[in-house]
Amino acid sequence: MDAIFSNLDLYWQGFRMTLWLTLASAATALVLGTILAAFRVSPVASLRWFGTVYVELVRNTPLTIVFFFFIFVAPQVGIRTPSFFVSAWVALSIYTAAFVCEAVRSGINSVGVGQAEAARAIGLTFTQTLQLIVLPQAFRTVVPPLINIFIALTKNTSVAGGFAVTELFAIGRRLANSNPADVIPVLIGIGVCYLILTIPSGILASWVERKVVFAR
Amino acid sequence: MTASDDMTGSASVPTAEVGQPLVELRDVQKYFGSLHVLQDINMSVARGEVVVVIGPSGSGKSTLCRTINRLEPIDSGTITLDGQPLPAEGRALARLRADVGMVFQAFNLFAHKTVLQNVTLGPMKAKGVKRAAAQEEAMRLLERVGVANQANKLPAQLSGGQQQRVAIARALAMKPKVMLFDEPTSALDPEMINEVLDVMTSLAKEGMTMVVVTHEMGFARRAAHRVIFMDDGRIVEEAAPEEFFTRPKSDRAKDFLSKILTH
Repeated sequence: MDAIFSNLDLYWQGFRMTLWLTLASAATALVLGTILAAFRVSPVASLRWFGTVYVELVRNTPLTIVFFFFIFVAPQVGIRTPSFFVSAWVALSIYTAAFVCEAVRSGINSVGVGQAEAARAIGLTFTQTLQLIVLPQAFRTVVPPLINIFIALTKNTSVAGGFAVTELFAIGRRLANSNPADVIPVLIGIGVCYLILTIPSGILASWVERKVVFAR
Repeated sequence: MTASDDMTGSASVPTAEVGQPLVELRDVQKYFGSLHVLQDINMSVARGEVVVVIGPSGSGKSTLCRTINRLEPIDSGTITLDGQPLPAEGRALARLRADVGMVFQAFNLFAHKTVLQNVTLGPMKAKGVKRAAAQEEAMRLLERVGVANQANKLPAQLSGGQQQRVAIARALAMKPKVMLFDEPTSALDPEMINEVLDVMTSLAKEGMTMVVVTHEMGFARRAAHRVIFMDDGRIVEEAAPEEFFTRPKSDRAKDFLSKILTH
């Protein structure tokens, strides 16, 4: 246990890094995924095509390979980021956006087609219809699957630990190496830190779900 | 008989003479896959005219109504609105739709917005009307259709008849040149049908140009200038209501009327 309490500052450092990586990637993936979902239901065929290719390509690639690409391959073709943190942020956002896209798209499909027809009939454009009528209703049904995706994202940030970002998992590995006798408590401590992030998101999800419920 | 002929005649003839027809369909064809749902449709609606489209289910009457604001694209032919051909997708189409009010069978009120927001949304977002002005106009329209006291409720809290009257107010808020009604009373309980038909009748009396797909023969007799009878994707017969209901020419119209008027 001593290995934990004498290294609380390291835990705190890793916890903050994981938290920032999660929040930044979740926000970016939410925006990017929603735009992709709009592409996938757009009347423009080339946008639909782009959305489909993106989703199929990205969600079927292991996250580690996405990281490899942004940390090792991208700089060689001239795409550089200021830090490993930014690379990890980009990799996680791009990867998670594919899943967000599919969740949001299923939400869009759950909104009755009559809602969009009525919106178009009063002269709203495609973008306005999506923004004002369809997405606000879609997000209500999408909250549970989105929280699923964000919980998976929280845990996926641990991949960044393998790519020189000192988040929780990297700290855990370092502490386990330096305290071989206390490997189990050190890793349990890391696990608890992830729970501190994920369990509240689950609670937040059910709260949001109750708040946004409405009668159809 | 001559009296009623004169009446219906004088109701439709002068309006038809007001310059260009407001809505005009020429040689319109539409397919759903291999199904030819609209065949050689030629019709025009004059300014101020009320046209009722009737026919058996599957005859293409709803599809016809929905092609007029391009909720259903057509495969060939032309549709013009106030002399302008319907644009393809995009902003131009959205602008044109703003001039065509539409009322659906299933109401389709925006479920997450209040009654008042349902009515103000179009003017504010599609026409750039200021919120205060949009709300004032919306309350006037809600008053007119008799649901002003429900303004702050969500659609699901209203009865079907009230929802449909809100939907009419929502369409009217755009100050449309023409109103399309796609079976507006078919989803309503019998006791609520009249409250919707009353609103529609008063609109017709005020000179609104209307295309109404309906099974309500009473409304057709009372408010329509012309009845169009469709079957199998074709316009089979067109006549003034009194003439159509008392002396239908085609066998299919006779058959249809005998089925719906016997009980």
